[in-house]
Amino acid sequence: MLAKRIIPCLDVKDGRTVKGINFKELRDAGDPVELGALYAQQGADELCFLDISATLEERKTFASLVKDVARNVNVPFTVGGGISSINQVSQLLEAGADKITINSAAVSNPKLVESLSKEFGSQCIVVAIDTKFKDNKWFVYTHGGTRSTPIITADWAKQIYDLGAGEILLTSMNHDGTKNGFAIELTKTISELINIPVIASGGAGNMQHFKEVFTKGKADAALAASIFHFKEIEITDLKNFLRNEKIEIR
Amino acid sequence: MKIAIIKYNAGNVQSVEFALNRLGYFPEITDNPEKLKAADKIIFPGVGEASSAMKYLKERGLDEVILALKQPILGICLGMQLMCKFSEENETQCLGIFDLEVKKFPPKEKVPHMGWNTISDFDSPLLKDITVNDYAYFVHSYYAEIGKETMCKADYINIFSAGLQKDNFYGFQFHPEKSSDLGEKILENFINL
Repeated sequence: MLAKRIIPCLDVKDGRTVKGINFKELRDAGDPVELGALYAQQGADELCFLDISATLEERKTFASLVKDVARNVNVPFTVGGGISSINQVSQLLEAGADKITINSAAVSNPKLVESLSKEFGSQCIVVAIDTKFKDNKWFVYTHGGTRSTPIITADWAKQIYDLGAGEILLTSMNHDGTKNGFAIELTKTISELINIPVIASGGAGNMQHFKEVFTKGKADAALAASIFHFKEIEITDLKNFLRNEKIEIR
Repeated sequence: MKIAIIKYNAGNVQSVEFALNRLGYFPEITDNPEKLKAADKIIFPGVGEASSAMKYLKERGLDEVILALKQPILGICLGMQLMCKFSEENETQCLGIFDLEVKKFPPKEKVPHMGWNTISDFDSPLLKDITVNDYAYFVHSYYAEIGKETMCKADYINIFSAGLQKDNFYGFQFHPEKSSDLGEKILENFINL
């Protein structure tokens, strides 16, 4: 049996972990390598590191961080943030990342998804979608959720699936930071629409929320940040809870 | 203990090296036939596409080198698939060590098969101290059928070979280098063969 995955996400700026509330107001939550290794030890199935650096100097720090993570962590990890070229992807995979995630660059140039999956294989290309519910529709947003687009989320998911994406990281901006639960209906719609794994993100506040997104939301994996960083939920406890709820968990 | 990792145009070489480093081993990454022949243990990693990987190996004569090896060699993921006789991935003739075909998963469920899956039905020195139905990390769209060389099985869409074994040749479809404690035990078992 294939298990549902729990993925802690670490936002990284200048070599340190941060987490934005609704993509704003950053708070410091520690050293990424140390935190990543600790999560892996506690049973995290994968890790995700997002580079939210603003300057070139900080980006260089991130590349060396990827190598440090690969050296120290014995579970798979995804990296992303500001990726827009084959060359960048090549460097990150060579540094030891298992998968990369692209977002805004895929929206402005969908062919990039196709080029990347041909060059490196679909299995390592995760497309992240930030989406917001507005006027009764889900729209795609870019640039860390600061820019709106007229693209309907389900159409975009179908398009990147056809272009060879290996996985989708789906973040509901309406739910992110609220701790009121994941976007269940949206996650279910996207998960049933396309034949690749969907990682649900945004809104995790308690253990029940994870159960709901795996059962009702049909998510293959669930991602969260602050609740893990601030020890509101311990990964070990979460996995025990889900196992007791008869969900397939490693 | 001299461990060599075969260097070729496929990914995850770095991850395998780091995993061995964590266990206190320092492998040499090489495509030099003499160095490969002289190693005590050889790891044949691989994330990538079958036909271009086979082409690369043949151009450098590494296919013949691999076939002639007498010491334990462990294929991982694509490495294991290339040790089979044929892959449906771009209709590729492979090394033919294992008398099995590699097939594409039918899209009955999500493909790639990505994540932690249980492994079962084993009795191999490589899986010493591993519990049946423990989880290993898989990422693949093609799978090797079940045959007499099957070392362990996994079930996703259908039951397939999670591991293969014949004489000094071993292979895993999953990634021991990314499979947490289970993977580390397996790598130790391989090194201690």
